Formats: sequence, structure tokens, C-alpha cells
Amino acid sequence: MATVTDATLKQPAGRPAKRFRLTWPWMLIILAGALCLVSLVRLITGADDITSVGQVSAALRLAVPIGLAGLGGLWSERAGVVNIGLEGMMILGTWFGAWAGYQWGPWTGVAFGIIGGILGGLLHAVATVTFGVNHIVSGVAINILALGATKYLSKFTFQESGGSAKQSPSIERIDTVTLPGLSDWMKTLNGKHWFLVSDIAGFAGGVVTGISLLTILAIALIPATWYLLWRTPFGLRLRSCGENPHAAESLGVNVYKYKYVAVIVSGALAGLGGYFLADAAGIYQEGQTGNRGYIGLATMIFGNWLPGGTALGALLFGYTDSLNVRSGGDNVHALLLLLVILLALAVVWQLYKRKPVPAVFTAVVAALLLWWYLATDQVPSQFVAMAPYVTTIVVLALFSKRLRMPKADGLPYRKGEG
Amino acid sequence: MKNAFKFDRERLLLGIAGPVLALAVAFALSVLVLVASGLDPIEPFQIMFSSLQEQDVQVLIVNQWATYYLAALAVAVGFRMNLFNIGVDGQYRLAAVLAAIVGVKVSAPGPLHILIIILTAIVVGSIWAGVAGVLKTARGVSEVVSTIMLNAIAGNLIAWMVLKDQFGEQAEGSNDLTTGLIDESGWFPGIKVSDFAGEIYGFVFIAAAVGVVYWYVLSRTRFGFDLRASGASESAAAASGVDAKRMVLVSMLISGAVAGLAGMPELLGGTHTYSSNFPVGVGFTGITIALLGRNNPIGVAFAALLIAFLDKASSQLNLEGYPAEIAKIMQGLIVLSVVISYEQVRRYGQRRQQHRVGEELAAQAKKNRKEVSA
Repeated sequence: MATVTDATLKQPAGRPAKRFRLTWPWMLIILAGALCLVSLVRLITGADDITSVGQVSAALRLAVPIGLAGLGGLWSERAGVVNIGLEGMMILGTWFGAWAGYQWGPWTGVAFGIIGGILGGLLHAVATVTFGVNHIVSGVAINILALGATKYLSKFTFQESGGSAKQSPSIERIDTVTLPGLSDWMKTLNGKHWFLVSDIAGFAGGVVTGISLLTILAIALIPATWYLLWRTPFGLRLRSCGENPHAAESLGVNVYKYKYVAVIVSGALAGLGGYFLADAAGIYQEGQTGNRGYIGLATMIFGNWLPGGTALGALLFGYTDSLNVRSGGDNVHALLLLLVILLALAVVWQLYKRKPVPAVFTAVVAALLLWWYLATDQVPSQFVAMAPYVTTIVVLALFSKRLRMPKADGLPYRKGEG
Repeated sequence: MKNAFKFDRERLLLGIAGPVLALAVAFALSVLVLVASGLDPIEPFQIMFSSLQEQDVQVLIVNQWATYYLAALAVAVGFRMNLFNIGVDGQYRLAAVLAAIVGVKVSAPGPLHILIIILTAIVVGSIWAGVAGVLKTARGVSEVVSTIMLNAIAGNLIAWMVLKDQFGEQAEGSNDLTTGLIDESGWFPGIKVSDFAGEIYGFVFIAAAVGVVYWYVLSRTRFGFDLRASGASESAAAASGVDAKRMVLVSMLISGAVAGLAGMPELLGGTHTYSSNFPVGVGFTGITIALLGRNNPIGVAFAALLIAFLDKASSQLNLEGYPAEIAKIMQGLIVLSVVISYEQVRRYGQRRQQHRVGEELAAQAKKNRKEVSA
């Protein structure tokens, strides 16, 4: 956990590190260490599936919608508008995308999914930016409205064309790509269950096997967001609206305009994430988003309002999600051991830093987890589903002093009132 | 004196203008939605209003009112303090499920049994909200984010608790997992209306009483004053010696306790068990209602009645071939138009006031100048 926050803190924003700077060599060392640990746990527990090609590719597939929602939250909050309405915008994205998708093909679906999200974003922007409504209230309203509207619309559309009031007719899936030689080679290597080598092969294989074109697009959006927001004048202005809108205004930035753009982009990303869900399932179902908008919000906070951190959070939560999907009671059980080892390392670190109280606390938690690991054979799927939320709360509780959200995030802004 | 009266009347007018404007806009937009979907825009509303004459619908609305009123009061306590308890939904559900489990496991004579169940709900609700309160006061974690996460955690905890391995039971030939039926000693007595219409939950009166307590505590006690003061201006409250952190924690606990009560009308009066059919999303409806009723106990009571009406009367629409979901859309439209119109009315009132003060000052200055020149 500690390594993750360190990584996110010192990523693209280029914030000066206080004590220790996370450079590329360090990152590689940490990554290698993590891989060794995972591999070790796999050998001890015999849960070979935790790094299998199938598991990794499922994790990637599930991480994409969460990550897109997270990126959406990032855009909006960087411009100072809190976006609780991501869930609603995602719902609009799934519905509109599926509605267009089953009639005119998947890529039209993508476009309409984005449009659906944009509609939600536009509504949020009108309410919060133009009318000065509290951001959270507006977000809650959008979630309620999106749910009601899609339920209403489903009755008129899907029911009459082979679906039902709760689901659409099936949608053609977007093409997937598999790197022909490499994929098979990695699968064979992964199947050998060697220490470290097979795990690396599992990760590499998961990334090159059956990957949707939409996934590639989504991954590309992460560096694109970073570049746009942190390396262009446009991004600087947009972020200045989230940090100090009155200062931005005094420099001639049209704060309203930038906030509108940010919230609309936010909606578009959430909508795309929503359509991704419909595409992955090949069908629209009521309740398909399953709180992923909220998990997206959580990943953004977990990632300290930075694209790299958000992506990392999405991968982590996507991975826990995939454990559940692939009936992973045993696999999660194996990962408990990994958690225990990590906590034990944290205890050592805290003792080295002469912090006895947190060390004792961590040790107790580790001991409880170890007891849980030894006393049971499986972790109930409900607890696995809880993991992203618990992680977010723990991260917030432990690192809230080191997380840094945009200064004017969620504050009302009126032109000329600075 | 005359001026003071005029000012008050204007404030009252502005206060009423907000909700009236919002409801009119929401209604107009819903009509537009119906027209756009090629349906008769007026008949659904006629059906809903005429269903009001039927006794069973009336009873349903009154019973639903109790749940909504309590949920909205839970939200309103937080709002008064500038706290967003988005987690009322999780607190309410977790409290209901644990109260149901305790109710099944415990057997006691009538009133005591009921009391145990209610106390369990209150304690569970306030503990769950208290987690968010402690996180905010001790670690500075935003209650919005933490309560959203706690909602999801509560949902998963409940799904786990109602499994057969834990406390769940499954009736034969049914897919529903329940927590088992509470003994009859734990049923809250209601008022029977007729065989056809069923009974009005006795808890409706408790809900009304909670509203009175809410009014009394907030507007007639030192604590209520401190709470409203902290909500209006934290720094001013701190300057007058209010411990802001304590206030946050206490109001979160109260909010959670009331949220816990919100599940009781249904549990003690209706279902007597917690099942997967137990209503979800009540906390979010509570937010709508608290906003519409402006956190005022009487305003919230009317708002809860309106939303309960929309909920229950709309189910008649399905029978007549109209989609009942129009009521859900209306609810969403109401929230949005309510908050927008309140903000607009507030700004308008502020402008009027500034204008008037400006005029008075100008008149005063003119008079002074005349006196000087004379």
C-alpha cells in the first residue's frame, strides 16, 4: 500500500519529493520485489490462477470501465467540480450505447455511449457551473434521474425489438486482437508454473491475448489525459480553475468555459466506460454499472487526483473484481497470505522508523488476517467485492494528510466575486 | 414595525416561491417527456390523482410516508450542519437487517421485544454513521466519500449476512433469502382500516413524534442552536465556543440513529423480516425529500407525502398501460429543479435586499445633503 501511494505521489505532476524520490530504477526494483512476492505466495498456496493469462486479461477488461470513470472524475475535479454523478453518466453511457449499438453496430454504440455520458455531464455543468447548485446535490440528482430515465426508455425501445424492459437485444462485440505467436508462447510458459518466469509470462500473456480495440483506446487515454492536463497551456488553465479560480479569472481565463469543458469531458469518459460494460457483456442490462462509477471515484482519490495513480488504482480494483468473476474464493484466500506478508514488512519498516504504536497496530491487523487465512479455506465473494471500498477508506484514513486534492474542488465559484 | 412585517412577508413569499416554481418546472418537464414518448400527457396524472380516492392507496401512501419522513430527517440533521450524509441508505439497511436478526433471535414479552429491536436499529445506524464521523474528525476524510464507500460495504455485508450459512433462511419454493420471521410479540401494533386496505403502521406516529423532537431540539435547545450555528458558519461557531469536531461527530451519530429508525415502519409493521425485497435507495429518496422540504420538519413532512404519493400512486399507471417509471423521472426532475430554483430564488432575494439597502442609503444621503445645503 505504502509503495503505491509513494508511486502516485511522485508521478507526472512533478511535485518535489520530501525525503525519497521514486525514480525509475526504484520503481523497477519495487515492481520486481512485488512480482517475486506474488510468485512466492503462488508457490506456497498452489493457487496458480492468480497470475494466469486468463486472470490477467480478465483483470484488464474489468479495470477499463473503472479506470475510465476514474479519469472522468479526474477531469472534472481538476477543474474544481466534484462529480458524484459519474455513476449516472455511466448508466446513460451503457443505455445510449447499447441502444445505438444493437441497431447500427458497435462503433456507433461507442459514439452514442459517449453522447449519453456527455448529456449527463452537460446537465451537471449547467446545474453546478451556471446555476451554482451544490456539486454533491447535483451529482445525486443526476444518479437518480439517469436511473429513472433509462428504466423509462427501456420500456419503449428494447421491449419492442426483441429485448425486455430490463435488457437490450444482443450487441455485436468490438473486435479483439491477439498477438499470434507471442500469446501462445506466453500461455505455454505460464502453464509451466515456474517461479517468477511463469508469472511474468502470465502478465505479458494477459496483455497480448484477446484485447479489445476499445481497451487499447482506453489505455491510450491515460497518457493523453496526462499530456493534455499537465503539458499544454489548455491543461494548465483547466487545472488553475480547480486550484484557484479567482486567480485564473484575474489572468483572463474564462473559468466557466473551462469548467464546462472539463465536466463534459468527464461525462464523455464515464459514458465510454459505461458502453465498455455493455460491449463486454454483449448486451445492456439494468443495473449493469453496479456502482462502478463510485469505484471510479474511489480510484481517483486512491490515485491522488493523478492519471497514473488512477490507472494503478483501476488495475488493482479490476484485479479484485476479476477474482470474483472467476470464482476466486481460493485465489483471494491465497492473496490474504500476500497481504499478511506485506503487512509484516510494514511492521519491520515502522519499527526501523521508530514508530512503535502504528507498528503494534499493523502487527495486530496482520495477525488477525493470518488467523483468518489459517482458519478458513475460502473468502466469501461478498468480502472480495468489498475490497475496493475498504481499500479506499483505509487509504484515505492512513494517507489523508499526504493526498492532495485540487484546492478549490467542490467550492462554489461566481465570476467577479473574488 | 411596518417594515419588519413587510420583510417577513417577502421572505415567506420567497420561501414558497422556491418549491412551487420547482414543482411546476418538474411537472412541465414530465409532461414534455410524456409527449415526446407519444403518450397522453395529462391522463397519467389524472389516474394518479383519482387513485388517491381509494383506501388501499391512501394506506400505502401513509405507511410509505413514515419511512421517507424518517430517512429525510436523518439527511436533514446532517444538512443543517453542512454535513452530507450520503450514507443514510447504508445505515438504514444495515440497521434493518441487524434489527431483524436480533428480533428473530430474541424472545421477550411484547413491548420489550419491540424496544430491543428498535434500540438495535438505532445503535447500528449510529455506529455505521459514526465510522464516517470519526474518519472526518480524526483523519479529515470527507464524509461524502466515506459514506459512499460505507454504503457499498454495507450492501455486501448484508448480502453475506443473509446467506444460509450465516443468518439467512429460504422458504421452500422461493428464491428469496430472508432473515426469518420475527415472533408476533415483536410486531408493532397498527390501526386496521379495513380488510381490503390493510392497516396503518403504528410506527407512523413514532415518525411524526421524531419530527416534533427534531423541531424542538433544533429550534429550542442550546444544542440545536450550536448545530445550526456550526452549519451556518463554522468559524463563528468556533469563536463562540462550540467544539466543531464534537458537533460533527454528534450530528453524524444522531443522523445515523434516525436513519436506523427509517427501516422500522416496514420491519415492525409490514414485513417482519429482512429479505432481498426490502426497499433499497430510501436514503437517496431521503436526500430528495430533505432538499425539497428545506430541512424544515413541516416542509419535509409535506415533501415526504408528495414523494410517497408519486411512488404509490404511480404503480396504478402500469395497470392502465402507462409506464410507472415516469414517477422516477419526476423525482429526479424534482430534485434538480428544486435545488436550481432555491438557488435562483436565494440570489433574487439577495439582490432585492441589496437593492433596497442601496436605495435607503441613497435616500438617506440625499436627505443629509439637503440638510447641509439648507
